[in-house]
Amino acid sequence: MAQKKEMKGREFTMGNVRIIEVKQSIFEDNNQDAERLRAQLKEEKTFLLNLMSSPGSGKTSTLLQLASRMKDKVKMGVMEADIDSAVDAETMQKAGISSIQIHTGGMCHLDADMTRQGINEFHTKDMDFVVLENVGNLVCPAEFDTGACMNMTILSVPEGHDKPLKYPLMYQVCDLLVINKIDVMDYFDFDKDKVVEYAKMRNPKMDIIFVSAKTGEGMDELAQYLLDKIKAWNEN
Amino acid sequence: MHEMGIAFHIAESVTKIAEANQAEKVCSVVLEIGEASGVIPEYLMDVWTWNSENNPLLEGSELKVERIRAVTLCKDCSKTYDTISHGSVCPFCGSRNTAMIAGKEFNIKEIIVE
Repeated sequence: MAQKKEMKGREFTMGNVRIIEVKQSIFEDNNQDAERLRAQLKEEKTFLLNLMSSPGSGKTSTLLQLASRMKDKVKMGVMEADIDSAVDAETMQKAGISSIQIHTGGMCHLDADMTRQGINEFHTKDMDFVVLENVGNLVCPAEFDTGACMNMTILSVPEGHDKPLKYPLMYQVCDLLVINKIDVMDYFDFDKDKVVEYAKMRNPKMDIIFVSAKTGEGMDELAQYLLDKIKAWNEN
Repeated sequence: MHEMGIAFHIAESVTKIAEANQAEKVCSVVLEIGEASGVIPEYLMDVWTWNSENNPLLEGSELKVERIRAVTLCKDCSKTYDTISHGSVCPFCGSRNTAMIAGKEFNIKEIIVE
């Protein structure tokens, strides 16, 4: 029981009261759960994408655009996490994409254990590509590793190009940034170069793709990017 | 309510540690929380008290928080400064080439058990 020994730490005794030195990050248990889930996904050859953004940035409409381009090439599914309701899952099912709704029961994010429960419930074993649509929020979902293979964040033009400055952690953990609603760029004071500069400041390795879920612009590029990532995950 | 999920995680970890150490009761839990960790200790304590009521091991236990000051190092002029007042731009030389060296901590430091 190596784990048990490790958790014991140093001990000081005063009568019946003992002080146990722990020095363990609060996220440690979750990080371990996340690593275990990633190993399971690797084994089952399923690519899990954690999709995060603020509410109303176009997560669901982006997924619908992607689904029409990808569903003939990979077997895909969507897990919708919300505090309540099944609106998004119903939208997905109408578009012919299998989906499951996960309720977080009032919590503002999904953790690795909730994700694992969703994965097992959803029987994703036979799927190549599963999208976890996280709760619309730029703070908490960034703190908890869900066990996904990649983090994708959507930032929509009306939200402003300074979002990466305001929510540092979200952009630090983001592997792929999708800038949505570029069809309305002319109506907003949105600086394309600035958003790239600010985002790269948080994570220099981040990839950035500009799209419009309304007109479909950039969606072919995004779909191809994800197909390449899925292929790489399943090969290595 | 971001603190709720975090309180559940702490309760889970503390329960595991207490059980591994054959403790009958947890008296208090000491956390180290950095100023820039994004957690509000007062909210966390409220949720802790409410959540502990359903757990015999944790019932009545106290959550103590030690705050850690957020400090950033400027990689260009090698000075350190207060992160909360100045953010990611060095107040001495204006550089953005900076890195936070303390303030993100979020640890369970120790637990006191019977």
